[in-house]
Amino acid sequence: MKKLSKIYLGLVLFFLYVPIFVLIVFSFNTTKSRTVMSGFTFDWYIKLFRNEIIMESLWNTIIIAVIASITATILGTAAAIGINNMKKVPKAIVMNITNFPIINPEIVTGVSLMLLFVFFAARMNFEFGFWTLLIAHITFSVPYVILNVMPKFRQMDPFLYEAAQDLGCNSRQAFFKVVLPEIMPGVLSGFMMSFTFSLDDFIISYFTSGSDSQTLPVTIYSMTRRKVSPEINALSTIIFLVVVIVLVLKNVIERKSENNKVKVKGEKV
Amino acid sequence: MKNKLIAAPYLVWMVVFILVPLIMVGYFAFTDKEGNFTLDYVADVAQYSQIFVRSIWLAAIATVICLVISYPLAYILTGFSKNTQSTMLMIVMLPMWMNFLLRTYAWMTMLGNNGIINTILGFIGLGPFKMLNTEGAVVLGMVYNYLPYMILPIYSVMVKIDKSVIEAASDLGCNPWKTILRVVFPLSLPGVMSGITMVFVPAISTFIISRMLGGGGNLLIGDLIEMQFLGNAYNVNLGAAISLVLMVIILLIMTIMNQFDNDDGAVLL
Repeated sequence: MKKLSKIYLGLVLFFLYVPIFVLIVFSFNTTKSRTVMSGFTFDWYIKLFRNEIIMESLWNTIIIAVIASITATILGTAAAIGINNMKKVPKAIVMNITNFPIINPEIVTGVSLMLLFVFFAARMNFEFGFWTLLIAHITFSVPYVILNVMPKFRQMDPFLYEAAQDLGCNSRQAFFKVVLPEIMPGVLSGFMMSFTFSLDDFIISYFTSGSDSQTLPVTIYSMTRRKVSPEINALSTIIFLVVVIVLVLKNVIERKSENNKVKVKGEKV
Repeated sequence: MKNKLIAAPYLVWMVVFILVPLIMVGYFAFTDKEGNFTLDYVADVAQYSQIFVRSIWLAAIATVICLVISYPLAYILTGFSKNTQSTMLMIVMLPMWMNFLLRTYAWMTMLGNNGIINTILGFIGLGPFKMLNTEGAVVLGMVYNYLPYMILPIYSVMVKIDKSVIEAASDLGCNPWKTILRVVFPLSLPGVMSGITMVFVPAISTFIISRMLGGGGNLLIGDLIEMQFLGNAYNVNLGAAISLVLMVIILLIMTIMNQFDNDDGAVLL
């Protein structure tokens, strides 16, 4: 049983990783062939970094992800506080609408925003581009922030805020010194989710971006539509490496802090 | 803290960018180009019933395959020590952090007639098989892209199952298979249900996987919608009508799933 389960695990990992490794291997190929390795080269990486369209859309992607996730975090945290204090019925209505972008297929969210932008673009004389992308990214990010922050209020002692005020905090101090630290884990995970979803989003960006302002996934899509270029492989390799480094670092940090916690507990005993 | 106004910016955002766009989808679905009320476009959706059936069918197959692969995997994962579990989980989830366009592109290059799979098969004297641009390739792409969405919820429910419940079952005379069937499975049902929705919803509405791996011949609902908004077939009203029908189908399926989750879960317990 033990051996069988190890073989099974190995097979699933094989399935998950082989396509990625094939991509990586052929990013070093001297020819455009996807089956025969004719030699080793870094040419495609050099070409990638000289590709202005890719570099520009990478820059766009990062800027939009940063602005959208910060805006969504502030907007969503404030919303969570307000929603938390609402009466039952308005709360249920707001939460149901908030859930919509999460349960709805992304394509419907993308299309619905596109309809809105088309309507206003004609009347207010603006074009699809940076701003439509940013608005779309904030819109699909805020619900995740709210859903991450709301449970923290449920876990928090409702009288904490009043206690802080009784002990001499004004309402601003009570919020920033007492409430915010309590809900911070939710705020942070909401922010991280928004940031990664924004970096990774293709479908909604595809419907809301213009020709002059695109994000990296949209550019990748148009590259795969044209012809096969090992530049995509090179890009995949770099993205894969970044992901591996970030995830390993995250894991190491988490484990360290957990070990520290255990140590502190151990000393107390 | 008692100030509800703090949610006001989000409420405005929510109405303008979530609610109004959805209402616009409804509006365009039920009006013609001049803005007069009509049921024509919604009725026209019936013409595409074949595409709807194909989308539901392929998404359902992909969901079942994901479930069959993920369930044993999640079970195996829970058997490891805690540190190994988090490492293994990271390794399983890591491919998901690569953009799904790149992951799909990887399969596109591998499945082609000159792709690496056919080349390897050629060495043993088999093939070449037509793998790209088939329904099978679309299902494969769905399974590959959405597998982690099935593994994660099942795993997170399974890991919370009290080990003493399983021990109690074997003490009371269950053999290992019976324990899985009668104890572990019913307890893990909520995870299975959310896994099914998390795979089925993106699978049924995808247009990238079908386009990259299915060629032109395997249109799905997503392709149909995309064509009405950004493609040659440009017809916003029909696109909105199809989106509306897709939304209704998904809401129906989710309601059914929730029903099943609540009732049968309780009965089985």
